[in-house]
Amino acid sequence: MLEIKNLHVSLEEEDKEILKGVDLTVEAGKVHAIMGPNGSGKSTLSYVLSGKDGYEVTAGEAMMGGEDLLDMEAEERAAAGLFLAFQYPVEIPGVGNMTFLRTAVNSQRKARGEEEMSAAEFLKVIRAKAKTLKIDADMLKRPVNVGFSGGEKKRNEILQMAMLEPTMCILDETDSGLDVDAMKLVAEGVNALRDEGRGFLVITHYQRLLDHIKPDVVHIMANGRIVKTGGPELALEVEQNGYADILAEVA
Amino acid sequence: MAAPQPKLDPLAARLEGLSLPKGAAWATDAREAALGRLTAMGLPTKRDEYWKYTDPSSLTQAGAPKATLFDTGEAPLFDAVDRLKLVFVDGVFDAALSDSFDLEGVEIEQISDAMSHDIHWAKDVYGVLEADGQNPVERPLAALNTAFAAEGVAIRVTGDVSKPINFVYLHRNETSDAMLHHVIRVEKDAKLTLLENGPAAARFSKSMEVDIADGAEFHHVRAQGRDHERRASTHIFTRLGERSVFKSFTLTVNGVLTRNEAVIDIRGDNAVAHIAGAALGDGATGDFHHDDTVFITHDAQHCESRQVFKKVLRNGATGVFQGKILVKPDAQKTDGYQLSQSLLLDDDSIFQAKPELEIYADDVVCSHGSTTGAIDEEALFYLRSRGVPEGPATDLLVLAFLAEAIDEIEDESLREDILARLEGWLERHGS
Ligand SMILES: Nc1ncnc2c1ncn2[C@@H]1O[C@H](COP(=O)(O)OP(=O)(O)OP(=O)(O)O)[C@@H](O)[C@H]1O
Ligand SMILES: [Mg+2]
Repeated sequence: MLEIKNLHVSLEEEDKEILKGVDLTVEAGKVHAIMGPNGSGKSTLSYVLSGKDGYEVTAGEAMMGGEDLLDMEAEERAAAGLFLAFQYPVEIPGVGNMTFLRTAVNSQRKARGEEEMSAAEFLKVIRAKAKTLKIDADMLKRPVNVGFSGGEKKRNEILQMAMLEPTMCILDETDSGLDVDAMKLVAEGVNALRDEGRGFLVITHYQRLLDHIKPDVVHIMANGRIVKTGGPELALEVEQNGYADILAEVA
Repeated sequence: MAAPQPKLDPLAARLEGLSLPKGAAWATDAREAALGRLTAMGLPTKRDEYWKYTDPSSLTQAGAPKATLFDTGEAPLFDAVDRLKLVFVDGVFDAALSDSFDLEGVEIEQISDAMSHDIHWAKDVYGVLEADGQNPVERPLAALNTAFAAEGVAIRVTGDVSKPINFVYLHRNETSDAMLHHVIRVEKDAKLTLLENGPAAARFSKSMEVDIADGAEFHHVRAQGRDHERRASTHIFTRLGERSVFKSFTLTVNGVLTRNEAVIDIRGDNAVAHIAGAALGDGATGDFHHDDTVFITHDAQHCESRQVFKKVLRNGATGVFQGKILVKPDAQKTDGYQLSQSLLLDDDSIFQAKPELEIYADDVVCSHGSTTGAIDEEALFYLRSRGVPEGPATDLLVLAFLAEAIDEIEDESLREDILARLEGWLERHGS
């Protein structure tokens, strides 16, 4: 599904290398988790994969479904099936959440040469999906993320994911800021999408989320690299002992 | 050696070939007085403080610079609205294209008819509001219009008019130099919605004096024509009575030069005046210079004024805003708000703003803000990461930016009409 090889990334503005050779493969149908200390480059990896400006790839490659991701515009990557649930979802005053989502869904359909979703059909689908995430009609009408609480923003990300039905989902700390119940809702939203054809990359600091979204593989990222890969037990180890042991072991 | 030609002074050159239209004695007096004001002031030049950001020379030169006709290929705006339509072709009233003047609650006449009567209500409005509006800032182009405009309509509203009146300004001649002067009186507790649209002429001078009596309402929605090379200098002079309402919105897309002046004089307590504008300029399709110049005087208590002006500029387009709120000593409890913002889509475009507050009363709330910004890159990326291509994503953000101005249009269906036009325009200009 997603294949990253020896990815080196620097900031465009300053000559600072953030990713220092990331190797990572996420197979279709699998959930991979990434954990790692603050500042290790997890969000940077997610941004680079989704096509944000400001980064320079100095070496390596990232392929998705056989296509060269790094060669595509951000919107092309989305249409090809990539989705990033942002660590910090962006507020867009003046653009209604509903308008935003319908434009997004139909832009992707258009790019794939599919028929656009009618307003009526869209309304029906979004209402049903919003309900399962406990997002009320008012939140759909309001400008994108404006005045949303931290948890509401995160649920809104999952709603977008549910509407867009991407094949490769990256979730960047979607659990942070969520209360216990919201965490369950979000996890259910993710689990509902789990299937053979879909891959997940879940970035998190906490085992809690992984209790609900059971990962197949856990990676530890440190200083711009994947330094250790293991099964679900690796997350438990981090939860109990922190990163010190692991970092010492690979140093 | 041939004697050098004496150089005509600019005013004489501009007035050559013009003559004061004929009318009743009071009408001639009003026009001669306007000519007197104009002669005393002279024509504006770039050296004048009030014209610092906008060069008036193409507005003051003798003869209109050519403006190519532009077919938008769209159905005319407001065509679907149930309205009374009055059509002007290159500034000349066209009865055949217009609806009949019969409408309950309103008297409509051509200005030439109104001004031929010895006794007429227009005497208290024509040139009167304009003359008041010459202080403290001179507006010579308005005086020129009052003196020489031979076309326009006089509208007196006595009831709640069932449908809007729509002035449609067609442009058919590439060098037309049009002058229109409308006078409108909305009597006590009466209500009118006025729509205006179209490019009007190669060079268009339009003045509108609107007298709003106690408890009356005047709503105004205007879309200036999209002919790229057209020039326009427009004035609205309005006077508000007690509890009266004035709400005006203008959409401007394209036009090599537009100067819209509004002079709003709040005389009665508890009155409300809102004026808003949305302008979009793309220098790639022709030069674009748009200037909103507003002067609001609060001379009564418990009144509210609100200015919301938004400009989206790209490819070397220029936007100007000069807005002043003057609060007189007795205008206590004034609530004045002024917002002027521009969104620059590139580094070539320019926005110049001169917001001013002059307050002599102590118990007032006045605020003003003026900002110039670029597109929000974070928001743009967020949209693109959801699959919206850069062009449409930019359009969404542009519409979001303009929303606050467009929301000033109270009537929902008119608001939708204006929005639909904007979306169409953006689609053609999207990056
Ligand atoms: N635009 C930028 N300018 C300067 N430094 C940056 C920029 N983007 C990322 N960095 C730096 O790169 C490093 C990695 O940041 P990143 O956000 O990817 O970390 P992270 O692993 O997601 O951390 P966290 O767990 O706190 O979210 C940090 O040191 C950060 O300060
Ligand atoms: Mg992060």
